[in-house]
Amino acid sequence: MQRALTLAALALAIAFPMAAVPLDLDFYIGFASRVMIYAIAATSLNLILGYGGMVSFGHAAFFGTGAYVVAIAMTHGIDSLWVSWPLAMLVSGIVALGIGAISLRTRGVYFIMITLAFAQMMFFVFIGLKAYGGEEGLNMPHRSVIGLGLNLKNDATFYYVVLTVLVATLYLLRRLIDARFGRVVEAIRENEARMETIGFSTYRYKLTCFVIAGMVCGLAGALIANQTRYVNPNLMHWIVSGDMMIMIILGGLGYRFGGVLGAIVMLVLDEAISPYTTYSKIVIGFVLLAVVLFAPRGLAGLFDRKRVRAGGGHG
Amino acid sequence: MSGLFLFEQALNGLQFGLMLFLLAAGLTLVFGIMDTINLAHGSLYMLGAYIAATIAQATGSFVMAVPLALIATAVIGMLLELAVLRRLYTRDHMSQVLATFALILIANDSVRMIWGPQPISLNPPAALSGPIDLFPGMTYSSYRLAIIVVGLAVAALLYLLVTRTRTGMLVRAGASNREMATAMGTNIKLLFTCVFGFGAALCALAGAMLGPILAVQVGMGEDILILAFVVIVIGGIGSIRGALVGSLLVGLVDTMGRTFLPMILREVFSPQVASNAGPALASILIYVLMAAVLFWKPQGLFPARG
Repeated sequence: MQRALTLAALALAIAFPMAAVPLDLDFYIGFASRVMIYAIAATSLNLILGYGGMVSFGHAAFFGTGAYVVAIAMTHGIDSLWVSWPLAMLVSGIVALGIGAISLRTRGVYFIMITLAFAQMMFFVFIGLKAYGGEEGLNMPHRSVIGLGLNLKNDATFYYVVLTVLVATLYLLRRLIDARFGRVVEAIRENEARMETIGFSTYRYKLTCFVIAGMVCGLAGALIANQTRYVNPNLMHWIVSGDMMIMIILGGLGYRFGGVLGAIVMLVLDEAISPYTTYSKIVIGFVLLAVVLFAPRGLAGLFDRKRVRAGGGHG
Repeated sequence: MSGLFLFEQALNGLQFGLMLFLLAAGLTLVFGIMDTINLAHGSLYMLGAYIAATIAQATGSFVMAVPLALIATAVIGMLLELAVLRRLYTRDHMSQVLATFALILIANDSVRMIWGPQPISLNPPAALSGPIDLFPGMTYSSYRLAIIVVGLAVAALLYLLVTRTRTGMLVRAGASNREMATAMGTNIKLLFTCVFGFGAALCALAGAMLGPILAVQVGMGEDILILAFVVIVIGGIGSIRGALVGSLLVGLVDTMGRTFLPMILREVFSPQVASNAGPALASILIYVLMAAVLFWKPQGLFPARG
């Protein structure tokens, strides 16, 4: 059942750009790319938050880092996708290693606050970096160069690249969670003391998980830089971290498609309300409040009555 | 660099630190006894500033506006506790973060609806608008001095309240062992609502006092909220003493860092490096401080719970 739904959704996603042009919906190709990019970012957060139980409130730091790496590399003449995107992942991974190594020494609410504070620190670093635009940010003259006879300037081509990355991310998540690594991480979420007692180095598992999520989020950042051809420090503002958390909470924490579902709901909701009112955030605020108070397992949880998940937990 | 200048910057740091303390005290109490993260704390600060500014404009009296804003914000805070926060005490921290994050979104848009997107002005009372001679050769803003006096007075009052009164004893009991306090017959629900309202009033005081110095605008609460978090993480969550020490540390380090770090860099490196890296380095100084504290003392300087 789920397999059929997944394949149907994938077929729909593949067909969308071809149908969009004759239907005069070209604008929505870019919008759909943006939704998928946030879906990748939210999925990476889901890995540490939903599966690992680490309530990171600074995930935007990696999003922004990935974006800045691509933009900065371009100002230095490196515009090949094959160089700058892996570089974005590498640098985000190193940043995640540093932040994670210190933050994971703490627990619970300290972890939430320290990840938040580190992300704000990155935010201020980039505001202060006058050489790369400071508060103004950086414009990218063009999108990354992919070669292979393709050009990302074409929105449909870019859409397919983003879709490929999203599918790869979801596949990776699935393989990771089904593997021994994923089992250990989930078990640590349920009871860290127990795992430690039976001989697992829980800190190492959590840190590895944190770094993988940081790298994937960095890749999403590289994509968003290409999507808008513009980066600025606001990409790593803590509101963005909050938005990512909202997405997976809306979508469903610890569900494979939670991030995707949440990104779709949140961005479509925002897009649907904003023509009518400038106060779209208040609507999202009330929806979120209602979900947290009355449907704590998110939208995916509403459709899934069989599986009972602990979800979340104290960092 | 003269000693006077150093002294003036230290006073500015003290002034900022004391205002941070007003926010951090409420935040740390709410966390300490209710085990709840309240991101909307910054929104109460914003509301306090807006209400104070509105009353000050209507009546022309800053002195009247501050206590009224305190009361109004305390009432809003208590209503918020009854309507939303109360349902979150038994939930995990992430639900608390998300629900109070939702409150921020709601508060920001509500303020935008009521007061518009433009910053509004809040003027200090005329008597405190000029500089004052602290001692021969040293003038200082009389308004900032007033903030220091108010901040110290509130800090002393809070200290007495928490350590010397029966209510304070209940608060401390709740912070160190909630179940035991309940078992001993404390009306914990009422206590929670009151502490929350009290924290909201402290927010409003900080908002109203800082309003004339910083801008009264949407989003003002978020930036200072993060600083308040840094403060209570450094100080140890739940500890009033920790909040005071943390606030003063953060206030001083942040203010002094912004002034002196670029100067020091200019001495050591080229002016170009200083002007490029100085502001960035200065603004991350407090986060470095926090990371260092947490590295050696993961529970903060004064852990409230053993």
